[in-house]
Amino acid sequence: MSKIGIPRTLAYFVYYPFWKAFFEELGHEVVLSSPTCRAILDDGVKEAVNDACIPIKIYHGHVLDLVGKVDWIFCPRLVSVRKHGDFNTETFCPKFLGLPDMIRQAIDKLPKLLDVRVDLKKGKDELFQVFSQVGKQLGNGVDEIKRAFPIAVKAQKNYCKLLSREILPHVALEMLEQNCKQIPQETEHDLKIAVVGYPYALYDAYINAGLLKILEKEGVKVFTQDMLSDKTLDRQARSLPKSMFWYFSNRAVYGGLHFMKQKDIDGIIHVTAFACGPDSMVDRMLEIECRRHNSTPYLSITVDEHTGEAGVRTRIEAFLDMLRYRRDRDEN
Amino acid sequence: MKISFPHMGHSHIAFKWLVENLGHECIVPPEPSKKTLDLGVRYSPEFACIPFKMLMGTYLEVAEQGAEVILTSGGCGPCRAGYYWVMHQYLLEEMGQDLKVIAFEPPLCDIKDFWKKLRWIRKTGGVSWKHFAQVMKITWEKIKAIDDVEIYSHEIRPYEIKKGDTTRALTRALDDLDKAEKIDQIMEARNAGIRRLDEVLCDKLRNPLKIGIIGEIYVVLEPAANHYLQIMLGEMGVQTHRSIYLSGYTRESAITNGGDAIYQIARPYLDEVCIGGHGVNSIGETILYSQHGFDGVVQLAPFSCIPEIVAKSIIPSVSRDFNIPVLTLFIDEQTGKAGVQTRLEAFVDLLEMRRQSNEKATRLVV
Repeated sequence: MSKIGIPRTLAYFVYYPFWKAFFEELGHEVVLSSPTCRAILDDGVKEAVNDACIPIKIYHGHVLDLVGKVDWIFCPRLVSVRKHGDFNTETFCPKFLGLPDMIRQAIDKLPKLLDVRVDLKKGKDELFQVFSQVGKQLGNGVDEIKRAFPIAVKAQKNYCKLLSREILPHVALEMLEQNCKQIPQETEHDLKIAVVGYPYALYDAYINAGLLKILEKEGVKVFTQDMLSDKTLDRQARSLPKSMFWYFSNRAVYGGLHFMKQKDIDGIIHVTAFACGPDSMVDRMLEIECRRHNSTPYLSITVDEHTGEAGVRTRIEAFLDMLRYRRDRDEN
Repeated sequence: MKISFPHMGHSHIAFKWLVENLGHECIVPPEPSKKTLDLGVRYSPEFACIPFKMLMGTYLEVAEQGAEVILTSGGCGPCRAGYYWVMHQYLLEEMGQDLKVIAFEPPLCDIKDFWKKLRWIRKTGGVSWKHFAQVMKITWEKIKAIDDVEIYSHEIRPYEIKKGDTTRALTRALDDLDKAEKIDQIMEARNAGIRRLDEVLCDKLRNPLKIGIIGEIYVVLEPAANHYLQIMLGEMGVQTHRSIYLSGYTRESAITNGGDAIYQIARPYLDEVCIGGHGVNSIGETILYSQHGFDGVVQLAPFSCIPEIVAKSIIPSVSRDFNIPVLTLFIDEQTGKAGVQTRLEAFVDLLEMRRQSNEKATRLVV
């Protein structure tokens, strides 16, 4: 029985239900870091290498937030989750690949790091192997792991089911947390916009200055790539000369491509972090593809340490005004 | 067919010969200049790294001169460089440029595609496989000879009495290599080049500092991208050793996929073999340079280069553990020559003082 800290950022938005169910089933306590706030960001900026992007800096902040409160910090080395791409070499962003090492070098008095290499390219069985390693490091027996694993898989499936019903991941995570079964009511909307980008930039309201909230208040129904099934997304791979090398980037690009082909989507917003390496390609590619697909309106929002709510709001309002103007013009 | 390719150090000498002898017309890419970079920056995504921007500018310049095809390298990730050609093609199309980018993916990833592209070049050039193989062999010899001469010039430069002598000798040696047509001529030109460098007036009594240069391949190999850093250091009286040369790189990464040794060395610090680019190498080589008695290391990387950022975050511990100072320079279109020079001078001063205080300490012990 130990306390396991999970930083509330990066892959948290994608795999948290699995992790939580697995650890709790093994009899451990899961401690989440506080939601991102100024203090976490400042701490992260202080500790992380200055050239890193804001999500990585924030990750450092979240780890610091957990220091002293937990026995372990779960920081898996996410290498790949599937065989994909032109040469089957899809991985996560290189910063994910070096993350446990970066954390080790940057942070003093670090609790034990629960660091396991997740490379699911090798085969179907691999996920179980990875989590057996995790369980063994925590001192659990094989039987316990064998019992906990399917429960975790099921928890993750439930989560995915919620997402496929067009619920945003941060809302879905909250629903699971509070064990709420009721689907939140749809707010009134007159525009449908697809927001694509990395989960940790989209669903962390602090990083993007509450972008999704602003959209909702302005009467927009938001779609993101995480509501689509893998099959729908991967179908888009064919329309590209070459797939990108990064898992989250591929999802963002495929999501963007899918939505720009939907007639009822009014526009696409891409959220990206300042100086994000993969996004320098993703962003321009989406822009070009949007133009080629019937000139779908496209807005790119770059976030960094200094992003303010007013700045984001102004740009969103201008974008929405333009969309509404365009729609009225077309109707006349 | 009018063919061009990216400019990278002095390699254009060999590639020009290759393209021309395969029956194509070669548009030699000009050395990247202010104009190249301006063009590149105007049309590239804001956060693309400087190699992307420089190549973009080069492509537009050669397009102006009538190039129809660009030959370049691909890649299988996770470094962005493998995706350059796709983006470059997109951007060129958007600009309405009629320029086709053909990229050779690593043969280990896709051997069929590699052969297909080779055959296309051979057929359109109208040469036989036998001739093709021979031309490839000679090109390879040229690449090696160019690297040999350049490596030697960096060894000689800190000793030169009259500034610029070595660089002049190197330029002449490269001109000779440019003219060489057969393997024996290349060897002759290479040896003549080395002799020429030996004739540079030297002060052999000097004991220059030794600095290793690590980092991302393009900014390390292309002097125009790193503000002629090696020449600058050489003229400050520092002997430089570069971890990457085209001949070495092609041998290790494209053909045998070696380099395992360096991963083993870096393992205690970065337990992942493939973070892309030269990230792991940067860590391993810092350790190697320290073990080989170098006074310091300069890490060169383009701004926003992901693998080098990971390396940079780990290098402080390596530097502490192995007692070797490291200066990291991130280069982008805003980097000025004076800025680089000032930082290098300060770094060299520090190394000089460090060496003196170390010597004093050993003398006291004796």
